[in-house]
Amino acid sequence: MPKNLVRRASVRAGLFAVATGAACIALSALPGASAHAQGVSTPLKVAFVYVGPIGEAGWTTQHDRGRREMESALAGKVVTSYVEKVAEGADAERVIRDLAAQGNQLIFTTSFGYMDPTIRVARQFPKVVFEHATGYKTAPNVGIYNARFYEGRYLAGMVAGRMTKTNVAGYVAAFPIPEVLQGINAFTMGMRAVNPKAELKVVWVNSWYDPGRERDAANALMNQGADVLTHHTDSTATVSAAEEKGRYSIGYHSDMSKFGPKGELTAVSHHWGEFYTRTARSVIDGTWKSSSVWGGMREGFVRLEPLNAVVGADARKQVEARQAEIVAGRFHPFSGRIVDNTGKVRQESGTLTDEALNRMDYYVQGVQGQLPSR
Amino acid sequence: MDQTALLIAATLSAGTPLAIAALGLLINEKAGVVNLGAEGMMLIAAVAGFATAYHTGSDLLAFGAGALAGAAAAAVFGGLVIWLNANQYASGLALSLFGAGLSAFVGIGYVGKKLAERSAFSVPGLADIPFAGPALFRHHPMVYGAVALTVATIWFLYRTRAGLVLRAVGESPESAHALGYPVRPIRLAAVMFGGALCGVSGAYLSVVHAPLWVEGMVAGRGWIALALTTFATWRPARVLLGAYLFGGVTMLQLHLQGQGVQIESQFMSMLPYLATIVVLVLISRNPVWIRVNMPASLGKSFDPGG
Repeated sequence: MPKNLVRRASVRAGLFAVATGAACIALSALPGASAHAQGVSTPLKVAFVYVGPIGEAGWTTQHDRGRREMESALAGKVVTSYVEKVAEGADAERVIRDLAAQGNQLIFTTSFGYMDPTIRVARQFPKVVFEHATGYKTAPNVGIYNARFYEGRYLAGMVAGRMTKTNVAGYVAAFPIPEVLQGINAFTMGMRAVNPKAELKVVWVNSWYDPGRERDAANALMNQGADVLTHHTDSTATVSAAEEKGRYSIGYHSDMSKFGPKGELTAVSHHWGEFYTRTARSVIDGTWKSSSVWGGMREGFVRLEPLNAVVGADARKQVEARQAEIVAGRFHPFSGRIVDNTGKVRQESGTLTDEALNRMDYYVQGVQGQLPSR
Repeated sequence: MDQTALLIAATLSAGTPLAIAALGLLINEKAGVVNLGAEGMMLIAAVAGFATAYHTGSDLLAFGAGALAGAAAAAVFGGLVIWLNANQYASGLALSLFGAGLSAFVGIGYVGKKLAERSAFSVPGLADIPFAGPALFRHHPMVYGAVALTVATIWFLYRTRAGLVLRAVGESPESAHALGYPVRPIRLAAVMFGGALCGVSGAYLSVVHAPLWVEGMVAGRGWIALALTTFATWRPARVLLGAYLFGGVTMLQLHLQGQGVQIESQFMSMLPYLATIVVLVLISRNPVWIRVNMPASLGKSFDPGG
């Protein structure tokens, strides 16, 4: 319902833009008015397409924070707008096309499922710059960007490994795709680097956003002895469920300490503001080129939120040291010998390539159970 | 042992909203009206209940608001199908879609909001019994309310005069009308009661079970409740058992995953509907079962003038 309202409003705005555009052309055709049309330096119109509601925490919340950071960093030079809760698929294509037709010059599409719609619309609007998050298709006017979330996950795993008493951690996960598996495996490797006895249980909820189910999954994990929980889903349900039972949790996407003031140990958070600012600036300067950006902790895309006071000084120092190594580029979470949880050696030595990371389809040693077949 | 107790506890908690909504739908189906709008009514009630709990901090008021919202939505539906003789199935589907849209619209401001911390519930004296305590006696009062409601429904339908009249209206509205009973008002009352219980169930989901509001958070439970009435062949006790069965299936799946047993969760979420279809096939082969339990004029409109 609200989506339709937004869409209808934007169509009307689009028509209005076309009408005023036509009027401008008509005016500029008049002698004496042409000089006026040339000299105007309008602020860059930037639009964002969000998959979820902005809310207080989560994937979309972080993208919107990025938008606002960009707006204040480039005050006066950009005008931003957004459409939230856009379903992936045909709806998305209409929304993106509307935004392009309204005269937006830079459009960020912030969900994997917007990949093909973005590419299709981009073909029709070659002068508009598109940036698509987490996809893999580019075009002369479409760049892609993503973050190395697994770097933060490794550190979060270290915190969990130090804090668990039962040596069982729990992970509420959405879908068994490489990005999620990178998180699970990095978390497990970080955890076992500091506590080789610790193991991880995973429950798949087959949804990015279903708070009721996420909460049920978190409770099931706690019932089975997990005393530190984390999640790769979009709501705060896991953190609040842990808080209620007095267990520890590690938030994802956003700092969720508001939902787990006692139990949230830290959070692996996403930060897009700098990238958005940099991209908008390059479009304004005319230096933008289509590229593929995969930034990590070093670039500030991923951060570990301040540790909860219950984490001891020793553990804190250990995590901070590892973090410094990651930021300096001296440590990669997926380096050295990697054995999967069926005993197969996935890597003897060295570091997994980006290509191998994007194909990840196994659990590392220390994760219980079997990966659901895809 | 300990885990089994917790699994039982999770099952009772997950079955409760299904049972409450299905008992309400059972009453209005016993009066001869099918309301496919359960999902929509539950969503409207979920947002009404959440908003009330958010502003007042009272669970009781939240359930009241949910019941009112559900009953109001059901009254609109009742007016359409009982007086204007609109098609019950089409109107119910419309209510379901309308409820999803309206609740999303009204609820925009409540997405991501957090309810005040609530204390854990326990039955004094019984909560500390080993095994039985954590399994049975540490629930929200509404969990016991669902059991009491089942007993009350059985008593009402089969032991009271009003229940007899209600069933008569569902079996043969013409006869009830000939005896001087106001068929249409009785049907409206039954439909509104069904809406009110769907509302309580929706409010339970957003205030106790989740507890937060998100668009579409009822997530098909309204449809499961509808399927339940058929699955239970319109018997209240079977509705309760069926609700625990369906609730248990979803919980078991999460627990099994945690233990490393892999079952496709899509298969598990399909099960309630599959079971209902199987039951439908079985009972339609047995004319006695149908005649005994299924209201004879279910889904048919009644016009006292005609």
